[in-house]
Order: sequence, then C-alpha cells, then structure tokens
Amino acid sequence: MSLEAVNDFVVKFANVNGSGSASANGMFAKSILRMGVPVAARNIFPSNIQGLPTWFEVRVTGAGHLGRRGGVDLMVAMNPQTWDRDIAEIEPGGYLFYDSTKPLPREKFRDDINVVGVPLTAICNAAYQLPRERQLFKNIIYVGALAALLGIELEVLETLLGEQFKGKDRLITANVAALKMGRDYVAENLHPLGLKVVRADAVGDRIFVEGNMASALGAVYGGATVCAWYPITPSTSLAEAFTGFCEDYRTDPETGKARYAIVQAEDEIASIGVVVGAGWNGARAFTATSGPGVSLMTEFIGLSYFAEIPAVIFDVQRGGPSTGMPTRTQQADLLAGAYAGHGDTKHPMLLPADPGECFEMGALAFDLADRLQTTVFVMLDLDIGMNEWLTKPFEWDPERKLDRGKVMTYEDLEAGKEFGRYLDVDGDGVPYRTYPGVHPTKGGYFTRGTSRNPYARYSEEGSVYVDNMQRLLRKFDTAKALVPAPIARLAKRATREGVIYFGSSTPSMHEALETLDAQGLHLDAMRVRGFPFADEVFDFIAAHDRVFVVEQNRDAQLRTLLVNEGDVAPAKLVPVLNYDGSPITARFIAGAVGGLMTAAARVRAPEAAE
Amino acid sequence: MTYITKPQLHHPKLAANSLGYTRRDYEGSVSTLCAGCGHDSISAAIIQACYELELPPHRIAKLSGIGCSSKTPDYFLGNSHGFNTVHGRMPSVLTGANLANRDLIYLGVSGDGDSASIGLGQFAHSIRRGVNMLYIVENNGVYGLTKGQFSATSDKGSKSKKGVVNHDAGIDLVMLALQMGATFVARSFSGDKAQLVPLIKAALAHKGAAFIDCISPCVQFNNHVGSTKSYDYVREHNEAVNRLDVVVPRDEIQVDYAPGTTVPVAQHDGSILQLHKLAQHYDPSDRVGALAYLQARQALGEIVTGLLFLDPEARDLHENLDTVDVPLNSLNEAELVPSLDVLAKLNASLR
Ligand SMILES: Cc1ncc(C[n+]2csc(CCOP(=O)(O)OP(=O)(O)O)c2C)c(N)n1
Ligand code: SF4
Repeated sequence: MSLEAVNDFVVKFANVNGSGSASANGMFAKSILRMGVPVAARNIFPSNIQGLPTWFEVRVTGAGHLGRRGGVDLMVAMNPQTWDRDIAEIEPGGYLFYDSTKPLPREKFRDDINVVGVPLTAICNAAYQLPRERQLFKNIIYVGALAALLGIELEVLETLLGEQFKGKDRLITANVAALKMGRDYVAENLHPLGLKVVRADAVGDRIFVEGNMASALGAVYGGATVCAWYPITPSTSLAEAFTGFCEDYRTDPETGKARYAIVQAEDEIASIGVVVGAGWNGARAFTATSGPGVSLMTEFIGLSYFAEIPAVIFDVQRGGPSTGMPTRTQQADLLAGAYAGHGDTKHPMLLPADPGECFEMGALAFDLADRLQTTVFVMLDLDIGMNEWLTKPFEWDPERKLDRGKVMTYEDLEAGKEFGRYLDVDGDGVPYRTYPGVHPTKGGYFTRGTSRNPYARYSEEGSVYVDNMQRLLRKFDTAKALVPAPIARLAKRATREGVIYFGSSTPSMHEALETLDAQGLHLDAMRVRGFPFADEVFDFIAAHDRVFVVEQNRDAQLRTLLVNEGDVAPAKLVPVLNYDGSPITARFIAGAVGGLMTAAARVRAPEAAE
Repeated sequence: MTYITKPQLHHPKLAANSLGYTRRDYEGSVSTLCAGCGHDSISAAIIQACYELELPPHRIAKLSGIGCSSKTPDYFLGNSHGFNTVHGRMPSVLTGANLANRDLIYLGVSGDGDSASIGLGQFAHSIRRGVNMLYIVENNGVYGLTKGQFSATSDKGSKSKKGVVNHDAGIDLVMLALQMGATFVARSFSGDKAQLVPLIKAALAHKGAAFIDCISPCVQFNNHVGSTKSYDYVREHNEAVNRLDVVVPRDEIQVDYAPGTTVPVAQHDGSILQLHKLAQHYDPSDRVGALAYLQARQALGEIVTGLLFLDPEARDLHENLDTVDVPLNSLNEAELVPSLDVLAKLNASLR
C-alpha cells in the first residue's frame, strides 16, 4: 500500500544539530508556500549546539490546518542515531527517504512502508572535495530530490535561493547545481511518490513569521523605548529582533542617534529592575524571558503590582519545572504569571494564539500597562515564539495614539487638580500618577513597596492597607474589559458540552473540532485571550453541563485559574492535557475529547432507556 | 510607626540661593532613625550640597533599596520623586529610570548590606555601565534594620556588639568601584561634613558613575570597641589624602592655583574641582595607583578618605548607547511608531 494525497501530508526531517540542515529544510517549507499551498512548520531541537538529534516537521495542508496533525507520511531520515524511532513514526503506507550510499539490512526497514533511497553521500563525494561542502550541499541535494518526488517546482526553489544569496552569484550557481543533482537522480532512477504538491491559491496575503519577531515588532509599534533582557531560550530572539527593528526604524534620521535603549542585563532580576525603573519614570519598557526568568523576577513583579508601576513581560514558555526541557514547548507558566509575587497579587495576561496576535497583543500590552499601572504579561510559548507560522499580515491604524493612561501633567497640577497618588478618583481603581521631575512643588511623591495611604504616605494602619488592597482588586476588575475578549465558536447543533482552550493549542483545537463534528460529537468552543477572564467565560461554563479544558501542562493550570477566579465547581471542568514538550496535535485532542464524550454517552445511554 | 510632616512655614529671613530656594526647601520629612545615627548626618550633607549647588530639588530623582540607610531619601528633598525599591536592587531601577529620562539628576542611596551582599552584582554592573548618577553607600559595617548582623563590609577580625569576631574578609566597595570602572570614587565619613559636602557636590556635578563610600556609624549595633566602623575608630584612623572645593560655573571663578598643593580639575559641566593635596604622592587621576595606595593603607588599618579617583572626561551610559538628547519618555507617536510603509515592506518580505 502507498499513501496517496495531494497537498495534505506530513513530512518530517530527522537531522543532526549543527549540520546546516535548518536552512535547507526551511527552504523546502517555503517553496510549498510559494506554490500557494499552506504549510505548518515546526522545528524540534535539543538543548545543544552540535551533534544531538533535531527534527523539522512540515505539514502540507491545503485545507489550512496549522496545528500539528500527528503521525508522519514521509520521513527524511538523515540521522542514523534516531533511525529506529524515526522509522516507527511513519504511517502505514507512508514513505521513508534515506541516503542509500551504504546498503542497509532488511530488518532496518518496515514491511508496511515504501522505501526511497538516494545515494546522497556518493553523489556529494563525487562532486565536492571539502568536508563542509559535502555536508552542506547534501542538504540541498535532498531538497532537489524531494522536489522531484513531490512535484515541487524547481523554479520556485531557484528563486528562493536567489533571494537567500542575493548579490552572491557564485553561491546561487553552486546551490542551484546541487538542487539539480538531486532532481536528476530522481528523474533517472525513481518515480514520483503518491504524495503531491499541486499549485493552489490557498495562502492569500498571509505572512510566514515567528511569534517572537512579531511580538518584537508589536513592541516597536507599541512605543516601547526601553528593553532590558537576559538571554534565555526560547525568548532570546524576541529581544534580538527588537534590537534589529530599533536599529532599522528607530534611529533619528538627522542625528543618527537611538530613540531607544536596550540593555543586556546581568540577570533577570536586573532586567525587570530596569523595566520597573523606566516604567516609574514614564517610559514604555519591557523584558522578554521564560519561566526561570519569571521566577527570578517575582519580587519586582510584586513591587510593580503594589507600587503600581507599568511593566511588560513577554514570557515565552518552555518545558519546566526548573531547567525542565529548555528547548521544548509548554503552557506551564500560567499560574506563575497570574500570581507572581508574595502576598496577594494578580497580573493581567494576554494570550496570543498566533504571530498575528503576538504583534497586536505585543503593542496592546504597553497601553494596558500604562492604563493599569501594573505588570502585564504576554504569554507566548516556544511553539508560537520560535516557529514560523502562517498568519494574517501585520496591520496598524496610523491614527492610533499611545494610551499613556492617567498621568497628571504640569498643567493639570498648575490648574489646581488634586493629586493623591493612590486616590481612586474615578472609581475604577486606577489612580493618577505624575512623572518624576514634573513640577517644583506639586505632584512629587515617594514610591515604596510598603503600605501607604492614598497620598503615598507611609502607613501601616490596617484599614488603610485594606482599602488599598480592595482598590487594587477594583483595578483588576477594570482590566477585565481591557484585555482581549474571548472568542466563541458555536457547534453546528445545540450541545450541552463545551471546550475552553488558548494560545498555541488553537489551530489543533480547531481541527479537532472539525474531526469531532464529523463523528457527530458536537462541542461549543471558547478561546480565552486574556486574564482576568471576561464574564462571558463564566457564562459559557454556566451554559454547559461539562466543559473540557485543553492545555499543555500537567497540572491543568488554566482550569485552576478558572476554578479560582470564577468560583466554578471543579467537577464541571474536565482537563485534557498534553505536556510532553511537543506541540499538541489535532489527533491527540480529538482522541482524548472524543473518547471522553463517547464514554459519557455510553454511560448515559442505559439511563435514557429506563 | 507614624509619619511626621514638617511644617511648611519658612522663616522670612532664611537665606535663599539664586533659584530662590532656602535650605528648608531641600529638606524632607522628620527622620525616624536612631538619634546619633550616621545616616542622618549624610542626609544633612546631601541637603547642604544640593542647596549650595543650587539644584532645583524636584529635578533630582532619589532611589534606594531597603535598610535604615535606604529610608533616608524620605528625609531630604521632600519635593522630589523618591523610590524605595527592593533590597539590593536599587541600581537596576535607577538604571532604568535614567534611561527613561536623562534630564533628571540621579541619586542612589544604599547600605552596605544592600550593596555589598544581596546587591553586590547590581552595584558592580551599574558602575561598569557608567550610569550617570551619584551612588552613596552609607556604610556602617552592619545590618541596621534587621538588628545587628555582620555585613559583607565588616572587616575581618572586627567584633560585633555581642563580642563575636568576624572571620570573613571584608569587601572594600571603593576598590571594587575602581575595578568596575567608576569614574568618580571617593570615601568619606559621616562625621566629617567639611569633607563630605564638597565630595557630594563634585559627585553630583560629575557625568558618569560617581561612587561615594561613606562610613556611617550605627550607634545602635556598631559603635563599640572592636568595631572598625565606629565613630572613635574612624576618627583615629582616618587618613584624608585631599580636601576639595567645588567651584560651580555660575560662581565667580576664584581659584587659588598655588602650585604643588592645589590641583584644579575642570568637570564636564564646567565646574572646577579645587583639590588640595594632603598626601604627597597621591594622584587621583591614576586608577592603578589609587588601588595600590588604598591596599597599602588598609594593611596598616587606616581608612583613606577624600577624592580617590576622578576621570573628568567620563562617558555615561547614554553616550555609550548613543541615545537621542531628549528624554526617551518624551518621544511621541511620530518619533516612535514606524510608518505603514515599513509594515507593508515587512509583510512583503515575509511571504
Ligand atoms: C529580599 C529581602 N531579604 C531580606 C530583607 C531584610 N532586610 C531588610 S534591611 C536588611 C539589611 C539592611 O542593611 P544595610 O543595607 O546595611 O542597611 P542599614 O540598615 O545598616 O542602614 C535586610 C537583610 C529584605 N527586605 N528583602
Ligand atoms: S539601627 Fe543603626 S543604622 Fe539603623 S537607624 Fe539605628 S543607628 Fe542608624
């Protein structure tokens, strides 16, 4: 049996870290996109620079399913170290592509798959002398061979090479020659596979970009001027992208001077300290980090909460606890983000589901931090942050103003407006602030983490403290209307069952909903996009008998937050959890939720008969 | 604890500086520290220095960590914005504040527990970045606010109030600041106002990271025989290498250039430091020599005070980052938000 599919299959490349395969594999994915066929690409890499196994999964998806499907139709097995487990992943009837320079014994293969051998090493050794050349061009040769096997147009690949090596003609010629070596071998010795890429028009004007880069651009458009950060996977590329964008777009054209300040701090404590200092002084500031960084920042986050200082943290989540799986993905900092700090604290969180939202929420976070005068978290994860996703193009309203929140100016103070730093003038819990140095005699105050009265004067009076803490709760309630609203997707037929999910699980969730629907299992769905949760989230839960909560962590952290913040009966929320470090798949969700739904139906059936 | 505000009434005859501010305008609320605490004398010196320098009080941002010393910003410059941050982490907050608005004057106040233990890293890094600030450590060799534990600046062999001997080597923040690249380094003593006030003035005028380690006896926990940070010990072992006068540009410049004894040093802002040499071979423009001198004197149990190192040509963090001349917090949409064109080009490059 041979699998047959057009624009709907999964290719996985098994490589060795540091072998230069990343750019060849990326080019493979992009060539399919250029043919108008959507792809979802995921890099699965070890916490290591060179030598350990790495994989790159490309889902070709004419239907536009951007999550992981699960299973592999074509395995490009270039790493002997992982041979056995790579072979085991192939779907029955699927294909194995390998370097056939050395003959392999029969037991190294499976009977139910199709084996395609190309003597890559032999071709390389004949054409190239230098070991590094042999290694790099081998990657290009297999791309050329795959193109011929799958029907990818060679001209598209040539154009991509031209763009990649613009101005370096010799490199272009050399790479194109390698591509052709692969293609020619296939043309002379093999047949095309049952899997095909056929030109389509399903990509539209969408862009292919990483969430970290999108978030960094959001920070630029959101008016961030100060960034302090400390390297940590998977957040590093966010700060690096911000640096690049600032150099390009934030340099004063006349003087060549920077309209931004970026500090690579000595650690995460200093990063958030710089952010808090800049926020206190009226600049928009942020840091990008991951779970271990958030742990270190916790004391400062509490200060930002209590002293009411704007700060933005992009938390690109990875596998925890501790160093956990530093290069794998999870959604496991949800509780840490929501409640970071000692004493009673709560922090708004934005939960983007793709790079497009990373851009929007990245910019929005700065408005919210200023409006609410508190730390705002943008919760990405490695999957969105470091993988390129097909997403809506960046859009911006040129009329949009940076919302600086409630700031009393020199003029306000001169006009005799009463200033009490922690007075709740408008009843929304959000006080007015002044920037340091604003006025010679008015508006100055002392900021501290210790308890104080509405006029910022130190006070440990119990009632004063309680009033202040209550006001902070009112402020958190105000945040409800400011964070992005949840999005509901109602089932085709009325149902008493629902599902709640967020972030990078979204595309797999949507695909799973279609699968379940086709099986006659109908579910209403709600994607949460912000914390505090809007009332609609709790209305949704109330309107259903049972709600599945799908997330990528062990302890059902979103479910815990829902129970905690909404006083929901825990039994009503059924956890569906994937936390092995690889992005959740549509198959997993459909299997887990479908299994629970049919099991429940079976239990209910006899009762119905009674 | 209660908060005591001082009456705002001024005596009509109080002398005012050229900005029209009296000395009272540089004061803060009433100190809640122990009577006789060295920290209060440092507050008084700060008030005096700012008054004499004729700084607009509200243009000074005063930041501190946590500790008795870190409480003091409440007790001076009542009209400026202050920030008691978290224990040991004032330097990063000050760095961020400075990045946001380069136009204010930054004064960081810390303790030896704050800066030499929990905050040692932040202290070192803010100095090496050249943040334009005056960083004062009110050094009492003890944790005051948590009641008398040894701090990392307690000298080896010194005794606690209970008679316990400190076996750990002490950290000398002045030497550390020199090694970290501070461009203004001084040590002084809270009981020597004549020396301290001009040092604070000169440090405030300095552009770059200015550090003053000010020995400040804790009358409660570290003012006994056996302590090397007590009033008596410091008075007996103080070796001042120089004395300083600061002549700000607005004053009529009258400098006594008597060769051999007085060195005039011009600072970035035009002020002139008139340095009267006391120690024959001491050269405050020689970082390496300063370190050697300090070490030699330390071995003899002496505490060297005065202006220990100065680089009048110092660069600060903003210069290193080449940021625009206006405060970053004043930039508007037009200056910060790239055009739609940029977005269109980016979108096109990502297809
Ligand atoms: C994270 C943290 N740990 C511990 C403390 C407790 N603490 C408060 S002040 C202080 C020491 C202060 O000593 P120092 O900086 O020398 O100031 P002094 O009181 O002597 O002026 C300590 C340990 C704290 N506030 N925060
Ligand atoms: S305990 Fe020591 S440092 Fe603290 S206020 Fe009293 S004398 Fe000063």
